[in-house]
This record gives sequence, C-alpha cells and structure tokens, in this order.
Amino acid sequence: MLLNSMANAAVLASGESISSLVPKVEELIVGLVGFLVLLWILKKFAYPQFEATFQERTAAIEGGIEKAEKAQEEAAAALAQYQAQLADARGEASTIRSEAQAERARIVDEARSEATAAAEQVTSRAAAQMEADRLAAKAELSAEVGRIALDLASRVVGEALSDDARARATVDRFINDLESSTQEGTR
Amino acid sequence: MSSTAFVSMNSSVVAAGEGFVPPGIGEFNFDPYFSDGTLPWLTKPLVASVVAAIMVMAFFILGSRKRALVPGRFQFATESVYTFIRNGVARDVIGHGFEKYVPYLVTAFAFIAVNNLFGIIPGIQFPTLARFGFPLTLAICSWLIYLAIGIRRAGFFGYFKSVMFPPGLPVFIYPLLAPIELIQVLLIRPFSLALRLTANMFAGHILLLLFTLGGTYMLFNESILLKVLAPFALASAVGLTSFEAFIEVLQAYIFTLLSALYIAEAMSEEH
Repeated sequence: MLLNSMANAAVLASGESISSLVPKVEELIVGLVGFLVLLWILKKFAYPQFEATFQERTAAIEGGIEKAEKAQEEAAAALAQYQAQLADARGEASTIRSEAQAERARIVDEARSEATAAAEQVTSRAAAQMEADRLAAKAELSAEVGRIALDLASRVVGEALSDDARARATVDRFINDLESSTQEGTR
Repeated sequence: MSSTAFVSMNSSVVAAGEGFVPPGIGEFNFDPYFSDGTLPWLTKPLVASVVAAIMVMAFFILGSRKRALVPGRFQFATESVYTFIRNGVARDVIGHGFEKYVPYLVTAFAFIAVNNLFGIIPGIQFPTLARFGFPLTLAICSWLIYLAIGIRRAGFFGYFKSVMFPPGLPVFIYPLLAPIELIQVLLIRPFSLALRLTANMFAGHILLLLFTLGGTYMLFNESILLKVLAPFALASAVGLTSFEAFIEVLQAYIFTLLSALYIAEAMSEEH
C-alpha cells in the first residue's frame, strides 16, 4: 500500500503528460499482428503435436495396462489348465492302478483256474490210464484165463480144443457168465 | 532500458544538482532507435513484443517437435506450461467443449508472461505490456471471442437479452441491472482486462525504478545518513525484483483465467 502510494506520488511529481498511457497505433498493429501470427503458427505446428503426444501417451499407458491384464489372464488360464491336467493325471493314475489291481486279480484267478484245470486233467488222464490199464489187464487176463482153462480142460478131457471156434465160444460164454456172476456178486 | 535510464537519470541528477528527481511517466516513453527520422515508430517496446512472440514460438515449437512418449527436460517444461493452462484453466473453467479455446488461452498466457518478465530480464528491463496498446489488443481479442461465442449461441438479440435480463430476478431490478450488465460486458470487461495488466506492470516498473534510482542517488549523496541507508533501498530493489517476477506471471495467469471465465459464461445457456 505504502509502496503504491509512493509510486503514485512519484508519477504525479514528475508532472509529465499522460500521453504514454494512450495507445499508439503502431503498438496496436504490431501487438495484434504479432499475437495473431504467433497464435496461428502455434495452433498449426505446436499444439496439435502436444495433443497427439498426450493421446499417444494415454494409449501407451492403457495398452500397457491391457497387456498386463491379458498376461494375467493368460497366466490364470495356464494355471487352470495345469491344474486340470494334474487332476486328469491323478485320475488316470488311479484308473491305471485300479485296472492293474483288476488285472492282477484276473491273472491270479486265471492262473488258479488253469492250475485247477491242469490238475483235473492230470487226474482224469491218470484215471483214464488206469481204466485203460485195467481193461487191458482184464482182457489179457481173461484171454490168459481162457487159454489156461482150455489147456486144463483139454488136458482133463484129453481132447484138443485149441483152435476150435466152438471151444472158443464156450470159453467166452463161460467167462461172460463168470463176469456177470461176479458183477452180481459185487452188488 | 533501465540501465540506460539509470545512467541518464543519474547524470541528470548529478548535473541538476538539485535533489532527487523521481522516475515518472516519462520512463514509459521511448525515443525511436534511429534519431535521423527513419522508421520513427521503431521503439524498444515494439521490438521487445516481437522478440517475445519469437521466443514463445521457439519455446513451443522446439518443445513439441520430438513428441517423445517419455519426455526430456525441455519437452517436459513446454508440456507443463501447455497442460497448466489446458487443464488448469481451460478444462476446469470452461468444461465441455474447452478444446477449441486452448490455443488462444495458452498463447495469451505465454505471450503475456514473457512480455511481463521482460520487466526484470537484464538488458531489456521493461515490461512491454506497461505500454497500454499491447494489453488492449489482447483484451480486444478476448472480447471479440466471448461476444462471438455468445452471439453464435443465442443470436445477436438473444445474447444481449440474456446478458441484460437474466431470468429469475424481481422485475423492478431490471431497469437498474440491464444497463450495468450491458456496460460491463461491452466496456468494463475488456478495459479492466487491459488496464489491470498495464497498471500492474506500470506500477511494478515504477517501484523498481524508484528503489534502484533512489538507492543509487542516496549512495552517491554527501549525506552520511543517506549513504548508510542506501543499501537498504538497494536490497529492497532486489527483493522487489523477485516479487515482480511473481506478479508478472500471476497477472498473465489472471488475464487467462478471466478470459476463460468470460468464454465459459458466454457458452453457458443461462447468464
């Protein structure tokens, strides 16, 4: 305040004309033209560059954010995929394990049944062999018995009956009677 | 200019030998560069205003040329000035549709600020806008812009009707209000815009001169008391110089802000 009044006093004290406050025509012209040219040039060459730079900057920042979001999404997707694969693998492993157990059980069963079958086969073959042996022994024995009986009979009768068909039929009948009697006897 | 005025004043003081002659309105009148009569209009403020325009032009064009996404120091400085007015004044005051007026406001701010700062830049030391013609042209630009906006929005009569008869007031107010509002929009606003700038620069320049010349006068005076007090006056001149730097930028900001306010008012539907 004090300074202002001092300045005013100084202005008044000088006592010069106020003409310097009246605008001069050349000042108006130079001021106006200079300013308008400046405005025109800057509007054409400088300010659009600023605006373009700002837009590019905004785009770059937004692009960066978008990229980061995308990367995050991708990472999340990869994680989900990985976890899904892991779960799949676990499921597969348990399936394989249970399959293997089933397989083992099956193999064991098969082996057991095969062994049983083989044992049965061996048993039946042995039985068949024994039966065959028995039959062979019996046939041999019956032939032997017939021959011995014939020998004995021929010796007793004194008559050769060796190759006589009648004698053979008699012996057979005898043996058959013998057999049937023994069979009845065992019953 | 102060340096030349400084010498001339000092010599005149010494030659007159009759006490201190304070700096006056004569400090704002400049002789043409050529004393032989060629180019009589070519004076220091005129040249300074053109230099200021070239400086502003160079500043913004060099700063905007690279368009780096990560700006360097210089680009950052120019962008800061641009966004300071673009966002801090144009966008915040005008709002929707502010983009059209950003170039005018930024240019006006930078041009006024540089011209004002010439007041304390050594070698120039004269605030160009202390010559009334320069701020008057700028004020007329703002005036034409906001009148054009208002008239284009509401038509000639519609605009002045909305200025003079704002709705929602008691009827008996209008005879009083209408002429005041009309005079304000047509005369007071442009002249206050121009005068505020000129008066501030004028007063600031006078103050700096007063303390500089007065301090020098006291230093070379025979009186011991004045010699002892002289450093205080000169120190005040130094302090006032930084204060002036602040005022000079502030006045540029105020001019821009008020222009933006007038534009915003002319754009809005209700007065």
